[in-house]
Amino acid sequence: MPVESVFPQLEALLPLVTKPVQYVGGELNAVTKPWDSVSVHWALMYPDAYEVGVPNQGVQILYEVLNEHPDALAERTYAVWPDLERLMREHGVPQFTVDGHRPVGAFDLLGLSFSTELGYTNMLTALDLAGVPIHARDRDESHPVVVAGGHAAFNPEAIADFVDAAVLGDGEQAVLAITEIVRGWKSEGRPGGREELLLRLARTGGVYVPSFYDVDYLPDGRIQRVAPNRPGVPWRVAKHTVMDLDEWPYPKAPLVPLAESVHERMSVEIFRGCTRGCRFCQAGMITRPVRERSARTIAEMVDNGLAKTGYEEVGLLSLSSADHSEIAVIAKGLADRYEGTETGLSLPSTRVDAFNIELANELTRNGRRSGLTFAPEGGSERMRKVINKMVTEEDLIRTVATAYGNGWRQVKLYFMCGLPTETDDDVLQIAELASRVIETGRQVSGTKDIRCTVSIGGFVPKPHTPFQWAAQLDHETTDARLRKLRDAIRADRRYGKSIGFRYHDGRPGIVEGLLSRGDRRVGAVIEQVWRSGARFDGWSEHFSFDAWMAAAETAFAGQPVDVDWFTTRERDQAEVLPWDHLDSGLDKDWLWEDWQDALADVEVEDCRWSPCFDCGVCDQMGTEIQVGPSGSTLLGMPALPPRGAGLVASAADR
Amino acid sequence: MARQAPVRDVAPTVQRLRMRYAKRGRLRFTSTRDFQRALERALRRTGVPMAYSQGFNPHPRISYTNAAPTGTASEAEYVELAVTTELDPEAVRAALDAALPPGLDVLEVVAVRSPDFAERLEASVWVIELPGVGRETATAAVAAFLAAGDVPVQRLTKSGMRSFDARGPVVRLEVRPDAPGAEDADGAPCAILDLVVRHVTPSVRPDDVLAALRLVADLVPPVPSRVTRLAQGPLVADASVGAAMDAVTDPLAPDRG
Repeated sequence: MPVESVFPQLEALLPLVTKPVQYVGGELNAVTKPWDSVSVHWALMYPDAYEVGVPNQGVQILYEVLNEHPDALAERTYAVWPDLERLMREHGVPQFTVDGHRPVGAFDLLGLSFSTELGYTNMLTALDLAGVPIHARDRDESHPVVVAGGHAAFNPEAIADFVDAAVLGDGEQAVLAITEIVRGWKSEGRPGGREELLLRLARTGGVYVPSFYDVDYLPDGRIQRVAPNRPGVPWRVAKHTVMDLDEWPYPKAPLVPLAESVHERMSVEIFRGCTRGCRFCQAGMITRPVRERSARTIAEMVDNGLAKTGYEEVGLLSLSSADHSEIAVIAKGLADRYEGTETGLSLPSTRVDAFNIELANELTRNGRRSGLTFAPEGGSERMRKVINKMVTEEDLIRTVATAYGNGWRQVKLYFMCGLPTETDDDVLQIAELASRVIETGRQVSGTKDIRCTVSIGGFVPKPHTPFQWAAQLDHETTDARLRKLRDAIRADRRYGKSIGFRYHDGRPGIVEGLLSRGDRRVGAVIEQVWRSGARFDGWSEHFSFDAWMAAAETAFAGQPVDVDWFTTRERDQAEVLPWDHLDSGLDKDWLWEDWQDALADVEVEDCRWSPCFDCGVCDQMGTEIQVGPSGSTLLGMPALPPRGAGLVASAADR
Repeated sequence: MARQAPVRDVAPTVQRLRMRYAKRGRLRFTSTRDFQRALERALRRTGVPMAYSQGFNPHPRISYTNAAPTGTASEAEYVELAVTTELDPEAVRAALDAALPPGLDVLEVVAVRSPDFAERLEASVWVIELPGVGRETATAAVAAFLAAGDVPVQRLTKSGMRSFDARGPVVRLEVRPDAPGAEDADGAPCAILDLVVRHVTPSVRPDDVLAALRLVADLVPPVPSRVTRLAQGPLVADASVGAAMDAVTDPLAPDRG
């Protein structure tokens, strides 16, 4: 039976809400397949506002991969703002997709991509608006299977009550495997109902179904064990890793929204994974090993994407873009190719390294040199050893000197506050560093017209990292430390006026910490705070720390745990962590050794350029490092078509 | 040392193109800025050789005139482009129309042959559909509005909350006689208003006229109205006779060969 669009009902509400264009769809390269032409229907949600969600690469990739499947379709849905939510409830309009404006409740699967835990309350709103019971246990065959993905899915325990399943790691092949299982089960007439479908998914070993695992607790609140409760369900669930990214050049047709989004540019992922080994960095730990795209594939993706989108800027995306083994070839090749076409090229996420200035110079040879961003992360030499960010103060000064000397006017420096073993003094050294940056910058540029912005936020320990055992710094101490830093920068009479200071207060980080290292008992807090009205927790104007703390007090009443227990408590080696049964490939003993090395200020090299140090990923997952140089070049690429071809007036017209 | 924008070798403008486009259906919810981004990207995809400005942040030379507000549809929006090669206007129209999403439809492109285009856009013809409002109710409200000497309304503009007269610039406002479309699909009443407004500063928009109808006659439509600009252009000498559509003439006429 076809599923009707709810757009006519929605349309009547749109004149009454802010930015209605975000709800109408109509993005360039969007796809709407006929409902009955396929047997498996996916709704994909990025659980934040459209303007944040629509550029998300993960959703765009899966959307395209699924829509290419002859027997599947995918449509997208995003969190609606409270003004529309109120009207939708009043007029009975369900959560809808922006492609076909179909009700989300009609789909076979709802896939949610969680880049951050602060989207959890938006998931509950969407489920509720869709008419899907928020608790997985209350759903029946008529409801979509709710699947969580994204980095937060590496510990989905806090949302175990609300999701049917979670998938760890790269989604390209995983969504196709799930599609096949759902398709087979439907074509057989849905034998065994929802339970059987979930069992088939769980038994692959690549889909985590929380309800098939029981968690037992010790009297003191720690976990005793996590064990499967159905035959054939594996003890551990493994992450997915796509090898050979040249075979998966998605998105091939990036979405171009009509509404303004937070990333007004096209992104091309140049490699996945990072083995720099920064100990705070969950992304670097859970996406190993490094897998590069070749220079040629990257150039073809840039070329094809620009032709299909008309974007004027391309970001070469990865966790540390200048580390690509062919980055010099790529930067020069692309800068040559697009010279004179008003196409901007940028390298986000670069390390503190003078070589990167050369790259940035190359990419901006025709354009603007406004600002460069670096992330030393730790303020003192000692802190940078603790976190394994192998950058010395001399490296940093040399790098910024090169930047200012090459005409760059603004350097942004990112730091974290609340790292393990940190003291006030470690953070106050940021002020001295920033002063040296300005002093050096004025010398080499010969002008006072340069700036340095210090941006700093609270550190949140994450699962599957060496800091997963660490105590998070309480928000009072974080805020006090940030105030001292601010005062120290302001007190700098010579250079303070050239130093900008941006910081995020410590309270949202405590909620993020609760959710990211939480276990199943945290689910009650999420439900409670959502019922009290929490929405859009990633937005400071909507986030209420007090509402979260009140919800936690209610939900944890009578239990041996509280918010501090989950956040500011250091764990010991023997503790069963809530995500131990979820396999990122990292060996827990290796992580522990790395944690001990951190406490002893011992650094660890990058395995791309040194022997393997046995983090465990490649052995466990059957993967390998894939780095070049591939030897591929941009030579022989077809020339760009001349502008105006086919549009030129013939002599007769003149 | 002051910062100086690099002086670059920029291709000169050799032709200007004027274009009329429509904003229809769900894409009426696009704002002017949304349309600007969509157009600039469509121009890049179609390879129109745009002329660029000088400076730190070069941008294509495009002028937008008098855009319809977000949420209102239009059959008569105008944009002017500067290009570095002489182009066939019809080829540009077809290419841009194909590159823009359905609902942002390029209707005409002409090569510019006359100056002062903005001054030619003297007035707009609008049609306002009021689902749930009966013809008699609408007629009484319109009569009260037309009888008023002035009707001050307030709106938040770029320069803050402004109070201005919504009556003076209105050349015509009338309820369409019973005709197909005077009822919506469910048979509920749906009054249709024809409105001709002279362009002044601050501009009087259909929502200002609706605000005025609320003030003078307590007309409160139960659901949001649907508003479409049908035309804009030079106001004819006697705009109060004949069809509302004929109150303005084609502003592109001087550019046609």
